[in-house]
Amino acid sequence: MNTPNEPQASTVKPPVVVPHPYALRDQLPPEPPSPEIARRKETLLYLNGVNVSFDGFRAINNLSIVLAEVEMRAIIVPNGAGKTTMMDIITGKTRPDTGEVFFKGDIDLTQHDESEIAMLGIGRKFQKPTVFEGHSVEDNLALALAGARSVFNTLFHRRTSANEARMSEILETIRLSHLRGNLAANLSHGQKQWLEIGMLLAQDPKLLLVDEPVAGMTDSETEETARLLREIAQTHSVIVVEHDMGFVRELGVKVTCLHEGSVLSEGSLDHVSADPRVIEVYLGR
Amino acid sequence: MIVSHFLNGGLTRPILVTLLIIVAIALLVPASNLMLPATHPLHVPTYIVSLFGKYLTYALLALSLDLVWGYCGILSLGHGAFFTLGGYAMGMYLMRQIGSRGVYGNPVLPDFMVFLNWKELPWYWYGFDQFWFAMLMVMLAPGLLALVFGWFAFRSRVTGVYLSIITQAMTYALLLAFFRNDMGFGGNNGLTDFKDILGYNIQSDETRTALFAATALALALGVLLTAAITGSQFGKLMIAVRDAESRTRYLGYRPDMVKLFAFTFSAVMAGIAGALYVPQVGIINPGEFAPANSIEIVVWTAVGGRGTIIGPIIGALLVNAGKSWFTGALPELWLFALGGLFVFVTLFLPRGIVGTIQHGWGALKARRASQAAEAGTDANLSLPQATGTQAAAAQGAGE
Repeated sequence: MNTPNEPQASTVKPPVVVPHPYALRDQLPPEPPSPEIARRKETLLYLNGVNVSFDGFRAINNLSIVLAEVEMRAIIVPNGAGKTTMMDIITGKTRPDTGEVFFKGDIDLTQHDESEIAMLGIGRKFQKPTVFEGHSVEDNLALALAGARSVFNTLFHRRTSANEARMSEILETIRLSHLRGNLAANLSHGQKQWLEIGMLLAQDPKLLLVDEPVAGMTDSETEETARLLREIAQTHSVIVVEHDMGFVRELGVKVTCLHEGSVLSEGSLDHVSADPRVIEVYLGR
Repeated sequence: MIVSHFLNGGLTRPILVTLLIIVAIALLVPASNLMLPATHPLHVPTYIVSLFGKYLTYALLALSLDLVWGYCGILSLGHGAFFTLGGYAMGMYLMRQIGSRGVYGNPVLPDFMVFLNWKELPWYWYGFDQFWFAMLMVMLAPGLLALVFGWFAFRSRVTGVYLSIITQAMTYALLLAFFRNDMGFGGNNGLTDFKDILGYNIQSDETRTALFAATALALALGVLLTAAITGSQFGKLMIAVRDAESRTRYLGYRPDMVKLFAFTFSAVMAGIAGALYVPQVGIINPGEFAPANSIEIVVWTAVGGRGTIIGPIIGALLVNAGKSWFTGALPELWLFALGGLFVFVTLFLPRGIVGTIQHGWGALKARRASQAAEAGTDANLSLPQATGTQAAAAQGAGE
């Protein structure tokens, strides 16, 4: 039995072109990106020609740095050479006047603020250890642990056993297990530095920016920290800014030397420290 | 289920005891006033009930300030504005309840509007003859003001003393606005001469004790919610924002949203306190917006102990009881005494009364624990304390 619609529909249908031209267009391979962009896509962090000036003072001057996935880089910077400004640009606190800043190849960091960039996977450790002094070591880590960040979620948050296990693991890594319940305010300077690194770990970022991690540490603490950072660098990308050459040597990674807001020299530590321009900047003044 | 978990999170033993005490007061004081004969030694006279009812609204107000100042680091010098707005919303309801019993006998217009020759009710007075609508406004008016004000202030990252100054400016602006007759809120004289609330005579002992009980229960609810909020992960986040705001930002939190929630919630609490205050004192006028009032709230909270839940309640009760006694005994000296009290507390009791007791208790327990550890075999227990103090000593020596 035929429904009255069926024959009608078949007569009205336009002739079908197979395949449809739009489908063909979508099947075409995308245009190959320019070599510059192709290179960018393979990086984790990509700074190109970045300039920032404050009231006429050029803090960052045509700075270009490229960091690959799971790479540790040490940056040695004389004071006032734009170290903090560079970190501020990457973490979204300062917008560059000109230049490109990309994360994971195609996320334009200049379009995001600090919180968004933290959620994208960039963690930052300040030069002066900044932990929540009114909270216990454990609570500091709990706040840093990856998870929902909204007001509602934190109001009704419950700690899971997975959270607890992860925290114990981190406490073990940063050697603070025995101080788990202590107020962060009562930690020693070095322990605060480690706690802050632990908070970065809890945040589980792709990239860690670590600002002078061994400032004010004893020699044995410095050694421990180098070991800790090398361990972290197995699975994360890390940028370490440091003055302490012994520490940088211990890290044993590629070194970038900044001067007056731009890259002065880049390569192995021996290469950089043999560079006459670096010697001039560090010793010549 | 999620809500019960949230509420249970704040129920530590001190909070539970506080709640029980407040609820007991809510039941016993009215019972004593209504059931015992006036000659009985345990009889609470009505004027005391009203006076302490007023103090309890102040306690709720101080608690609301404590939530933003003690826990979130926002020193609001304009919290009186939210209190007064809640009070005005209640006052408008009470004005509409007067009906034709006013001096001019107009069934719709309050007396001051008749006096100003107004012919009809301004639009913003509509709905206030309904109790539920007025109660909604008690929460909405301060809440919305805090939401809008906080949105702009916190997003522009206004913090510290600048924020304090603009909150002060906000309450001062409201003071000036409400003083004007054409604002339609009774100008200088404010709203007064109330007759009924929910059909009950506002002067009667029964109504007064009921208002007292309602205030005490509102305070209990405030304590419960504040404890739940501060006991949750959000509470920890508030303290984190207070201590190191930029750190929370680099962890991916939005401190502006944290502050906005705390500020708005606190403003609603202050509004409810104001709404309970007005029927008990029988008047609301723009004087309540005065910056000095807002500063007084800060004094109560500081005296009791900011960053604790019981502190601001005790502070508000003590300072106001002191004020009542002092203004009776040595009226000219009260302001000096209040100023002196604030200086004394800031210098010698920076944690406030409750904070100092808590801190002292904690230190005593820690000392006992470390003594026990030294005496015992497990020396590791005392180690963290020792390294902490050594580092502090080393830092001190370095400086």
